[in-house]
Amino acid sequence: MSAKTGVGAPVLRKEDFRFITGKGQYTDDINRQDQAYAYFLRSPHAHANIKKLDISAAQKAPGVLGVLTGDDLAADKIGGLICGWMIHNKDGSPMKAGAHPALAQGKVRYVGDHVAVVIADTYAQAKDAAEKIIVDYQVLPAVVDMNKAKSAGAIHDVAPDNVVYDWHLGDKAATDAAFSKAKHVTKIDLVNNRLIPNAMEPRAAIGDFDSGTGVYTLYTTSQNPHVARLVLSAFVGIAPEHKLRVIAPDVGGGFGSKIFIYAEETVCVWASKKVGRPVKWTADRTEAFLSDAHGRDHISHAELALDDKGKILGLRVKTKANLGAYLSTFSSCVPTYLYAPLLSGQYDIPAIYAEVEGIYTTTAPVDAYRGAGRPEATFLIERIIEKAARETGSDPAMFRRKNFIKSFPHQTPVIMAYDTGNYTASLDLALEMADYKNFAKRKKDSAKNGKLRGIGFSAYIEACGIAPSAAVGSLGAGVGLWESAEIRVNPVGTVEVLTGSHSHGQGHETTFAQLVADRLGIDIDSVAVVHGDTDKVQFGMGTYGSRSGAVGMSAIVKAVDKVIAKGKKVAAYALEAAEKDIQFKDGRFSVAGTDKSLAFGEVALQAYIAHKFNGQDLEPGLKEGAFYDPTNFTFPSGVHICEVEIDPDTGTTDIVKWTAVDDFGNVINPMIVEGQVHGGIAQGVGQALLEGAHYNADGQLVTASYMDYTMPRADDLPSFDVGMTNTPCTTNPLGIKGCGEAGAIAAPPAVINAITDAVGHEDVPMPATPYAVWQACQKGARKLAAE
Amino acid sequence: MYAFNYHAPKTVRQAATLLAKNEEGKVLAGGQTLLPTMKQRLASPSALIDLNHAEGMTGIEQKGRNIVIGAMTRHVEVATSAVVKNAIPGLAALAEGIGDAAVRNRGTIGGSIANNDPAADYPSAALALNATIITNKRKITADEFFQGMFATALEEGEIIVKVSFPIPSKAAYEKFPNPASRYALVGVFVAKKGSDVRVAVTGAGSNGVFRSKECEAALASRFNAKALDGVKVAASGLNADMHASADYRAHLIPVMAKRAVEKATAK
Amino acid sequence: MASVTLTVNGKQVTATVDPRTLLAQFLRENLHLTGTHVGCDTSQCGACVVHVNGRAVKSCTTLAVSCDGASVTTIEGIGTPDNLHPMQTAFRENHGLQCGFCTPGMIMSAIDIVNRKGNKLDEHTIREELEGNICRCTGYHNIVKAVAQGAAAMK
Repeated sequence: MSAKTGVGAPVLRKEDFRFITGKGQYTDDINRQDQAYAYFLRSPHAHANIKKLDISAAQKAPGVLGVLTGDDLAADKIGGLICGWMIHNKDGSPMKAGAHPALAQGKVRYVGDHVAVVIADTYAQAKDAAEKIIVDYQVLPAVVDMNKAKSAGAIHDVAPDNVVYDWHLGDKAATDAAFSKAKHVTKIDLVNNRLIPNAMEPRAAIGDFDSGTGVYTLYTTSQNPHVARLVLSAFVGIAPEHKLRVIAPDVGGGFGSKIFIYAEETVCVWASKKVGRPVKWTADRTEAFLSDAHGRDHISHAELALDDKGKILGLRVKTKANLGAYLSTFSSCVPTYLYAPLLSGQYDIPAIYAEVEGIYTTTAPVDAYRGAGRPEATFLIERIIEKAARETGSDPAMFRRKNFIKSFPHQTPVIMAYDTGNYTASLDLALEMADYKNFAKRKKDSAKNGKLRGIGFSAYIEACGIAPSAAVGSLGAGVGLWESAEIRVNPVGTVEVLTGSHSHGQGHETTFAQLVADRLGIDIDSVAVVHGDTDKVQFGMGTYGSRSGAVGMSAIVKAVDKVIAKGKKVAAYALEAAEKDIQFKDGRFSVAGTDKSLAFGEVALQAYIAHKFNGQDLEPGLKEGAFYDPTNFTFPSGVHICEVEIDPDTGTTDIVKWTAVDDFGNVINPMIVEGQVHGGIAQGVGQALLEGAHYNADGQLVTASYMDYTMPRADDLPSFDVGMTNTPCTTNPLGIKGCGEAGAIAAPPAVINAITDAVGHEDVPMPATPYAVWQACQKGARKLAAE
Repeated sequence: MYAFNYHAPKTVRQAATLLAKNEEGKVLAGGQTLLPTMKQRLASPSALIDLNHAEGMTGIEQKGRNIVIGAMTRHVEVATSAVVKNAIPGLAALAEGIGDAAVRNRGTIGGSIANNDPAADYPSAALALNATIITNKRKITADEFFQGMFATALEEGEIIVKVSFPIPSKAAYEKFPNPASRYALVGVFVAKKGSDVRVAVTGAGSNGVFRSKECEAALASRFNAKALDGVKVAASGLNADMHASADYRAHLIPVMAKRAVEKATAK
Repeated sequence: MASVTLTVNGKQVTATVDPRTLLAQFLRENLHLTGTHVGCDTSQCGACVVHVNGRAVKSCTTLAVSCDGASVTTIEGIGTPDNLHPMQTAFRENHGLQCGFCTPGMIMSAIDIVNRKGNKLDEHTIREELEGNICRCTGYHNIVKAVAQGAAAMK
């Protein structure tokens, strides 16, 4: 075991070789013999009844194997798509979830909703035939504006006012009492802009039914193939789990959007039996824009109560969350349990009360997108903290420092019990790295050049590795949130690690191998990581919410410990010593106080040949599994500082310096962790400066391609200064907290706080495009002139 | 994409004949706009007449006081041409800023001008430099050529063969890109030749490229960035969309013009 | 249908194709060179970048028939795991990729930048030249480092 590949080393990635040489195997790279192609006819209207659907001409078109509709789904008793988290209203009644058929049954509810599928020999034939389908739509009013949704007409009959739920968290009376004592109250209204995830690999699926065995195989772009299988079996009813294999091969990014079980893969796997051929579908980018679950989209009002010394007394928040036209797989929990429990941020806030209304609109479903609820909470708390500091004439860093939680564990008024952290340490390092003390001089220099310079802070908290299962179950989750692992040691001592986590860019093949090689004292090249196939891995919950390190790797070490324990038993027989005298260190089992020892591989061989022990006393073989259910969330935190320079003539914002100091607990591979930070920041900057999904009043998605939806490009971003101050997590065996979402959570308020600092007022929307910032500059100039 | 018949003529004459025969046909040059449009099924030509194999349509040369560029010359060739850089550096710089590197390797000057996209860069240079568009049938001045959004003076069966740019004494282009598409939100090409000052604006006008009378008037007496101080451009007739209001575009025109003049007059 | 002859990664191929076949489709479906990816429909993401006659082009915005007679190089043609191109090595050594989907186009564009701009590339130039390649994972930080190192190593 060399230090170069151990835990904590920046090991280069094992998986890179196939990706840099074009040998990756993404879903669309897979072709099944005799496969046919699916094309989905989508609704051009935001909201309409389907009066008539005539597929007869399409059925007769060249190459067509089948045209399937919602009626066919119903006839086959295929169930609708589900939302896996039950939220209860303030009065205890359950949320109002409308049906979500994979193909429309009488009504369409957003532009891009699935009307019918055409399956043909070629994709072009399927698309040509779809143009021959005649749909008679009775167009209904679009519901786009959340503030007007209640009286806009029902999208689903079960929710006449389009309110899915009216939920709350915290102690209202205690919060009201805190406000009654306040010396100063800071108020803010915020819109958290709607985003479209845009993993570079569009979603894709191949359904393949084997009539010989009765087994369906689904190749799909999934972050959690086992959950997909569970939902498609138990709820949608395609086939029982043992007759359905889900394979998520190389997946080109997810960011949440590939957690969910969508209409297209459901239809492909079902249709493969209907047409008797494998059925392939690959989204084009426009389809991705229209039908991937979107993210964020909140309107909030918040108030922060302060005492005369600038200490926070209480926080109240009222949020409207857009859930789109249907409840996507985990949509309901994102603006509730993944949002409000984070509203305490890094601050000691004695009383918090949050109310959230989930609203149906005739737009694409909204669900978890990198950060999922936590960016929305962080944006709110970090914007109002910044505003409160400005209103009370305090330095924003000092104001935060004064209000930081300083002793741990800390119980917030909104569920969370933070186990550990050191917020002052990350702030101190960030201030130093950002050269905060000389900012005033830099601002002056910019002004000389006609530029506006601003600096913005974001002291964020995250909650990763959502858990424990019993707790999330009591809050309405339909699943447990543990993770599984299996360590298969081969007779020659090489190791396969089977994990329920799924890698779609996170580098698990490297970090997981690093961890196992380190623990077993073997070469990293002797370890292979297997994931993404329900026939290989027994079960797993997949990768999202930055859980693969804290939960997935904890399951792995649990299984590794079992392997070592079994190895000790084998070694005891092989070395003719008592089991209690066997020690395992640096890849060798040795007898304490002697020079007798066996290498890990030699013990593996002994376990398999089973010559030295009796099969009744000890089972042959060396393979162990583990399920790990955490006792708590983990709480990564950090401070990001963004410094901008604005050209008031054009409104262009240039990020001149980005400082990120994060506390992720223990780190397995700092190279990969830093990469996650960079990517997260880019998505957060994207939200703050560039990206915004825009539906017009008719419910048409105006930003349905890269011509109008601004993706962050290389020249939009700076390089990032990344630092770490790590305090190990106390609630998992590795001390890991998680790093996947931190940047996306931290970045937006840092950017907007910097821009509002530069322009001298708070009225800057996200995304702060040049046009928006130019308007803000005009307003700032008017304000100055008036003063 | 809908199906189409494909033709790869070897000469401009053959191309013109094919174009005449295929009423619903279209000419394919670099394809960087046409192909995405066809992929989205927003265009359905019956035939594509591909000029990529036609002879004599590429190349850059100085002819007297003009730079003459073959219609199938790729943007990268114009951007890196020593002849263009020497005679009209502003034109080379414009070409260097079209689309991205891969688009510049494929896209052509003829295709860009024939398409007359209201947010394309080349039309502004052609109009400001008072270029002559040479077709298989005739010569057309830029003033006559551009006739509004996606509309040009090209007639049925007419193909651009060359574009001739008179060499100005000073010229430069400044673009404020749409943050998403990177097309011009406002692009301003300024050119001075003798006492003639022309300022052409792309991206902003709801009817395609146009000349800014306000900027030209200010620069006519003094071709200097300061001359544009306080110049206001009217917002009427300008585009408004989610990326920019007409007011913002109107504001950006003199700002970009000023920056272009600074570039043009920099030593 | 139309006939097309290309030299792809040094090997000559001739095929009869529907004229609407894009070069990206031809490479992926006819030649099974699936390293060239398609990430958008508007010619912006750059996942499909290959070299045609030595220049980077977006193969999703180029007809296969239009390239008749051309020499095409794809990600599969520049190096193998045992014999990587210096730009491939640089992407790996700098962690310039995460999910890997944009990577083939990124690497092909990066080599094109070096071919046009030389071996010494500053950060600003690299960022501007990568305008036509979108990555959603890396935030570009490590891609920029990789391109600079790869450029120097291509000398």
